[in-house]
Amino acid sequence: MSTIETSSTLRHTAFVLRGNPVTAVAAGGALLLALIAIFAPWLAPYDPIASEVSVALQPPSAAHWAGTDQLGRDVLSRLIVASRLDLTIAVTAVAVSFALGSVIGALCGYSGGRLDKAVGRFVDVLMAFPLFVLAMAMVAALGNRVENIVIATAIINLPFYIRFARAEVNIRRNLGWVEAARACGESHVAVVLRFLLPNVLPAMAVQMSLNLGWAILNAAGLSFIGLGVKPPTPEWGIMVAEGARFISTGRWWLVAFPGFALMFAVLCFNLLGDGLRDILDPRMRT
Amino acid sequence: MGTIGATLVRAGRRFVSSLPALFGVLVFTFLLMRVLPGDPAVFFASSPNAGQEEIEVIRKQLGLDKPLPNQLAIYLYDVGRGNLGRSMMTGQAVAKDLKERLPASLELTLTALLIALISAVPLGVLAALRPGSLVDHGVRLFCSLGVCVPTFVSGLLLIYVFYYLFGWAPDPTGRIDIFATLPPQRTGFLIIDFLLAGDLEGWWAAARQLMLPALTMALFVIAPLARITRASMLVSLGSDFVRTARSVGLSWWRIVVTYALRNAILPVITIAGIVFSTMLGANVLVEKVFSWPGVASYALDALLVSDYAPVQGFVLLMATIFVIVNLLVDVLYGIADPRATVA
Amino acid sequence: MTASEGTRPLLEVDNLKVTFSTRRGLVEAVRGVSLSLQPGEMLGLVGESGSGKSVTGFAITHLLDKAGRITGGQIRFKGQDITRAGGADLRSLHGAAMAMIFQNPRAALNPIRIVGQQVADAILAHRRLSRQEALDEALQLLRAVQIRDPERRMSAYPHELSGGMCQRVMIAVAISCNPSLLIADEPTTGLDVTTQKVVMDLLARIATDRGMATILITHDLGLAARYCARVVVMEQGRLVEEAEPLTLFHRPQHPYTRRLVAASPTATSRIEDLVPDGERIPLVEITELPPPPHGTPLLLDVKTIAKRFDDGTLGVADFSMSMRGGESVGLVGESGSGKSTTSRMICRLIDPSEGEILFDGQAIGQIPARDFHRSELRKDIQIVFQDPNDSLNPRYTAFDCIAHPLLRLMNMRAGDALRQRVEECADRVGLPRELLQRFPHQLSGGQKARVGIARAIACRPRLLVLDEPTAALDVSVQAVVLQLLNKLRRQDNLAFLFVSHDLNVVRMMCDRTIVLRTGVIVEQGESRALFANPQTDYTRALVDAVPHIAPPAALATA
Repeated sequence: MSTIETSSTLRHTAFVLRGNPVTAVAAGGALLLALIAIFAPWLAPYDPIASEVSVALQPPSAAHWAGTDQLGRDVLSRLIVASRLDLTIAVTAVAVSFALGSVIGALCGYSGGRLDKAVGRFVDVLMAFPLFVLAMAMVAALGNRVENIVIATAIINLPFYIRFARAEVNIRRNLGWVEAARACGESHVAVVLRFLLPNVLPAMAVQMSLNLGWAILNAAGLSFIGLGVKPPTPEWGIMVAEGARFISTGRWWLVAFPGFALMFAVLCFNLLGDGLRDILDPRMRT
Repeated sequence: MGTIGATLVRAGRRFVSSLPALFGVLVFTFLLMRVLPGDPAVFFASSPNAGQEEIEVIRKQLGLDKPLPNQLAIYLYDVGRGNLGRSMMTGQAVAKDLKERLPASLELTLTALLIALISAVPLGVLAALRPGSLVDHGVRLFCSLGVCVPTFVSGLLLIYVFYYLFGWAPDPTGRIDIFATLPPQRTGFLIIDFLLAGDLEGWWAAARQLMLPALTMALFVIAPLARITRASMLVSLGSDFVRTARSVGLSWWRIVVTYALRNAILPVITIAGIVFSTMLGANVLVEKVFSWPGVASYALDALLVSDYAPVQGFVLLMATIFVIVNLLVDVLYGIADPRATVA
Repeated sequence: MTASEGTRPLLEVDNLKVTFSTRRGLVEAVRGVSLSLQPGEMLGLVGESGSGKSVTGFAITHLLDKAGRITGGQIRFKGQDITRAGGADLRSLHGAAMAMIFQNPRAALNPIRIVGQQVADAILAHRRLSRQEALDEALQLLRAVQIRDPERRMSAYPHELSGGMCQRVMIAVAISCNPSLLIADEPTTGLDVTTQKVVMDLLARIATDRGMATILITHDLGLAARYCARVVVMEQGRLVEEAEPLTLFHRPQHPYTRRLVAASPTATSRIEDLVPDGERIPLVEITELPPPPHGTPLLLDVKTIAKRFDDGTLGVADFSMSMRGGESVGLVGESGSGKSTTSRMICRLIDPSEGEILFDGQAIGQIPARDFHRSELRKDIQIVFQDPNDSLNPRYTAFDCIAHPLLRLMNMRAGDALRQRVEECADRVGLPRELLQRFPHQLSGGQKARVGIARAIACRPRLLVLDEPTAALDVSVQAVVLQLLNKLRRQDNLAFLFVSHDLNVVRMMCDRTIVLRTGVIVEQGESRALFANPQTDYTRALVDAVPHIAPPAALATA
């Protein structure tokens, strides 16, 4: 990519963000989350694991903005440190499934034929499970560890990327400019990887951002039911699970704050995904 | 006549083409059993500290000493006879356990789906009829927020508000008070069985108990359903054939319902199938939050004590239900869209 | 203004203005159009894309989409001001008083409702009948629009009917309540030539029989001339000229009309005539090339190729042709004739199932299409695609597009030499150099077509396959592009394989013509002779279906 194009992309991004404040706010939120995750150890006011029973189950106060849990640990500190783990799981899983899924899907969509059929069957089998149940079963089978949550999340995301890339490539494969690239001396593989894939990427990026939110929910759900992450590791899903015991007695902050953190993260990525669609579509550049 | 016949043919063909997927599911659950940590033979031994010899004998009995393909054949044969193994946790056959608990799960899921459809479709249509209006913005905001709240969080917050703060909801555990007299079992769905038995008090108790979990699950899927309804209704309203309908002066009602909505509902049918699958997954979380005695919480409890036969049975059951639901969606779609029967 | 009863116009449009609100602010699409229409009259409303002709039609029938608004002027229907009609007035107006026929008939019908019901819906919207009575009447209407076997077709869905059939159903819907005004917006665009003629004949007859006034909105001057008593020409939202067809063609007053008339190919026009004097691309004199030495192989020799698709259907069967260097051959056929498949086999983008292709004596049919990009001959056979909108990579600038074959096939490297070569190509196709840094979506249709041509000639090929290169362009742009192609051919001694459905264009551009139908050659021969004196019924039907711009009497003076 030339420098001219990069600067025009930046200018276009600025232009779109100005006309689309929601996306700007969402992008800001996502950035904030990333920064919090990176600087978590320095930001957390208390040790997230140290318990102090004397201050157990205190509602939000000046000393503990988000209250304390049943062991007297500071909820806010745990929330901040947990962002690292939650974001890492989601980003890694989505990156893996995106990288594999887009290439496989694009090749299938372009070539059709036997490869397409075989991959289609595989995707059908994957999609024949309710995906959360599939993830659950995989974590159970592979072993109750964080890496396996990443793998399971990546695998259940894979079919979406394959199908998406396949469909997007399929509608483009007979367009004039694709045939023109072949007439200009490109091989089939080059056409897929260097021409079709870059054109499909904007739509995939949208999918990716939306998927990040979904992956966060999925990972949190798995740890909520006791898979993957083990206490006392701070993680949003586990924090909700631990707080659940106290909701009937009105200790709302134990559920509400991690719940809000989850919601905020997912909301940012979802809104960002919608906004990205506008930014990356070159047809909207003026 | 021809359409219905064609739809049946299509459904049949679809069923046949879903067979490989079902077979894949079977192989997957079989592999799951093989990969799962722990030796199945140990589970079936009389006591946790059974001797090596006893385990060897059991291994032979179970056919675990045979090569994998043979074992797969044995597994397929067992599944074919409805033998899904035995649960250590309950001491019963897994198939029996699942059968007992399935109605609870289905009652919850179907009620939630009904609530979701009844609220999402009108919301989506209203938003599409007046794009840019207050209603539209409201619906869109609700949709954006709705997909972001995990079911286990919204469930717990609903409990906090309706049980702890207002005291409107009953104790959020289980399907019905453990001391209540149950109606004679006919459908297995409590709210229907109570009605059939004419026990309105019991019906009210069951319905109250069902409300919060069903609402929790519905909240989670209203957003995608409303979103797709709005989007496809917008496409429909802006289409050439609606313009044609306007150009010959059809009534507003006819344009919106017969022309726009009937076309707009097609993608909603497809999405409803996917939504149902999401709900089957969400069942695990919601049943745990509300201690709902369904198949999902059964499998989850088993998983946490390393009792794997119920987990396999559960996964197989979910996949089978999912295939059946997809088949139903296909038939529905075939009835709703005449173009579908051509391909 | 107060005319007597007998001559009171059915429709009067007075200084109509329509504005659209878009992302870039307000755009005035119609800027003060006035016209009037007598009962039973057929008026042609002609213009190129963006002229505002369709918007005028939609404004009259109050079917503008939400972004559009009438911002000025008046529309009177039977003397009544309907400019701001709404609600119940509008409903009784729609269908009962005025109806519309749309472009793309298949999309204009409800895809999941049987056509009989759709016609009945329109009837029931305005009359108190039982559903059965309405259905009976719908059947009569389907019969009236000459749908074969109407009893059976009543319960057909639109996707089960051909495009021409769908348009007939659309006509039935439109005339169901006997409106006194019918507005037809490009009713035959997208249909095959022969179907076009049948549908237009039917429409004209129904309008005459029922005494309906009709406005025919079209981009095709020939079509308007053939069917309308009066033609109105629009350009950029304004009405530039109004006249009877004969007068319009022989004494066009406005410069735009003059350009439009010149650009519309007729049965006799020559490439040179398509652009009025002064704007012409100067013709390159053909320097008589010395006859090729004896034994020089043919440039292209195609021997009985066939294409069988994966599903077993035969796309092309037993196709043979040959051409010498610098020759131009036309390939004509309707949709489904296999002309695009044939051109792609020759261009080595897809493999023929049988047969042999010799290029310059070398058997290139043997090289699989998958490997042909590595062949030395790749740069000798290039192709120009149909729709300029999707023939350019949306992520490439015009410069990148033209540079692409140079980088790949001529092994050039990025740098001054490449820049020079690309600019030279741009100059040759008349593309201003400052447009080279733009992305496709920032270029007009004509400019995109030029980029596509520049890319194809960048490597100086010997054979250029042109797949309907001007089908998606306005006639005035088409005229310039055709002249440009002709110039390039003469300059480079290029051979053309020109694929098109437009007989007039092929006749002008090609020495020889091959007529294809359902994958089989029907007829071939020297272009002028073939069109003047077709030997087969099919070719004759094709030739007859082309709207004649100049009435026979005028031919003598032309």
